[in-house]
Amino acid sequence: MTDEVEVTVTVNGRTRQSRVEPRRLLVDYLRHDLGLTGAHIGCEQGVCGACTVLLDGRTARSCLHFAVTVDGSDIRTVEDLADFDELHPIQEMFHQKHALQCGFCTPGFLLTAVELLERTADPDEAAIREALMNNVCRCTGYANIVDAVAEAAVELRRRSSA
Amino acid sequence: MKPAPFSFVAPESLDEVVRTLAEHGDDAQILAGGQSLVPLMNLRLARPEVVVSINRCHELDYIRLVDDRLVIGALVRQIDAETSPLVQAECPLLAKALPHVGLPATRNRGTVCGSLAHCDPLAELPAAALALEAEMVLTSAAGERRVPAHDFFVAEMTTCIEPGEVVSAVTFARQDPSERSAVREVSNGGHVFPVGGVALRWASSDGICTMARIAAFGVGSVAQRLRDAERALVGSDVGPAAIAAAVAAARSEVDPTGDIHADADYRRHLVGVLLERGLLEEERP
Ligand SMILES: Cc1cc2nc3c(=O)[nH]c(=O)nc-3n(C[C@@H](O)[C@H](O)[C@H](O)COP(=O)(O)OP(=O)(O)OC[C@H]3O[C@@H](n4cnc5c(N)ncnc54)[C@H](O)[C@@H]3O)c2cc1C
Ligand code: FES
Ligand code: FES
Repeated sequence: MTDEVEVTVTVNGRTRQSRVEPRRLLVDYLRHDLGLTGAHIGCEQGVCGACTVLLDGRTARSCLHFAVTVDGSDIRTVEDLADFDELHPIQEMFHQKHALQCGFCTPGFLLTAVELLERTADPDEAAIREALMNNVCRCTGYANIVDAVAEAAVELRRRSSA
Repeated sequence: MKPAPFSFVAPESLDEVVRTLAEHGDDAQILAGGQSLVPLMNLRLARPEVVVSINRCHELDYIRLVDDRLVIGALVRQIDAETSPLVQAECPLLAKALPHVGLPATRNRGTVCGSLAHCDPLAELPAAALALEAEMVLTSAAGERRVPAHDFFVAEMTTCIEPGEVVSAVTFARQDPSERSAVREVSNGGHVFPVGGVALRWASSDGICTMARIAAFGVGSVAQRLRDAERALVGSDVGPAAIAAAVAAARSEVDPTGDIHADADYRRHLVGVLLERGLLEEERP
């Protein structure tokens, strides 16, 4: 009944082919089958955002997808953001602005910020808060995360006009 | 928790979907965006034996005009309907309802038809569908039937979809450019499910209301047309007295229940407040 199914996805630019049980959640596939442990599991109900990845360029909760349903898709995880030892500008600003403490929520916030800044180069604070409001952080109180994203927007604009 | 085991089928055409459904009957469940079904499966509140994914049926990914109707196929994601110029022009009420549905990450995957099929009492789209006189296109191996929204939504999480049927599309009444429309809701925590809300559209000619369609969500076990409130508006000048009459009618025709988020009296009061704000097009939620 529950035979394994073949799945081919592109993850962080690499084509990956595996056989998985249909009930394998995308987040478990990334973590256990591919060893990409950046996407975290918090609630498994879509609420906390810790498992956020970019699925075909858009944010998605990887706890709310089966690996088999995203066959053929392009997936980006937090592991793809840094360029070897150089942090992505959003990561760099999280570091500088103290936007993380335990770091559990951070991958989800980073990828949500990537989607926001790809769509809106110059978001105001309200737009940043609106974009981040569905990710839960139990440590920081959010203010530093909002600051970090605002600064990252400035830095990304500076780089694209340079 | 993790979902119980199931077998998985991902047909590539509507024909194949309905054949698969016919083969598995009651054991099969459609998977669209998965944003309601997968949480239920993770909690093992849903344990389908056969999951039939429509995510490969690209033929169901379309938004088009057919005569006086706007038609949205079963694979159209909520985000794509929300940003569609056709939806914004032809059904502004739907375009206004969509940003309230969940959050960007769920709208990126969740479908319009999936929300209607799921029939959550707190969901915005069933109410928008009632106000836009939607018609569900139900396809099975036996053919196709069309069901108006007011017959389709039966009760909490219950529609008239029979085993073997899939919602292949939904059609909405095109709005006249002179119509006005509004969606107003209140929620306790930002963009998660609301505690209650209204979706409405209305038209006037020479200052007199000629048409009103009002539907409420979250204030009963299923989205509901507020026909008494509509009658209070049609023929009026939509002035303070008419709005007060519509608000009173709305409050007396809903039958809300209380829960941890809001009690029944609050919800009954709320439906009137939101109706008034919608009619006045106030910018508050
Ligand atoms: C954190 C979070 C917050 C949310 N907040 C809201 C909210 O505020 N308002 C709101 O309305 N929704 C909300 N949702 C749910 C919304 O995101 C879902 O997208 C929607 O309810 C279901 O659409 P789907 O395409 O994801 O369907 P699925 O989850 O794939 O399916 C849902 C149900 O409908 C059936 N189904 C789906 N498509 C069809 C079809 N074409 N024919 C027959 N049956 C079908 C499935 O079998 C299943 O029973 C939220 C979800 C999450 C995770
Ligand atoms: S683990 Fe996916 S949203 Fe919480
Ligand atoms: S840094 Fe600990 S949850 Fe956000």
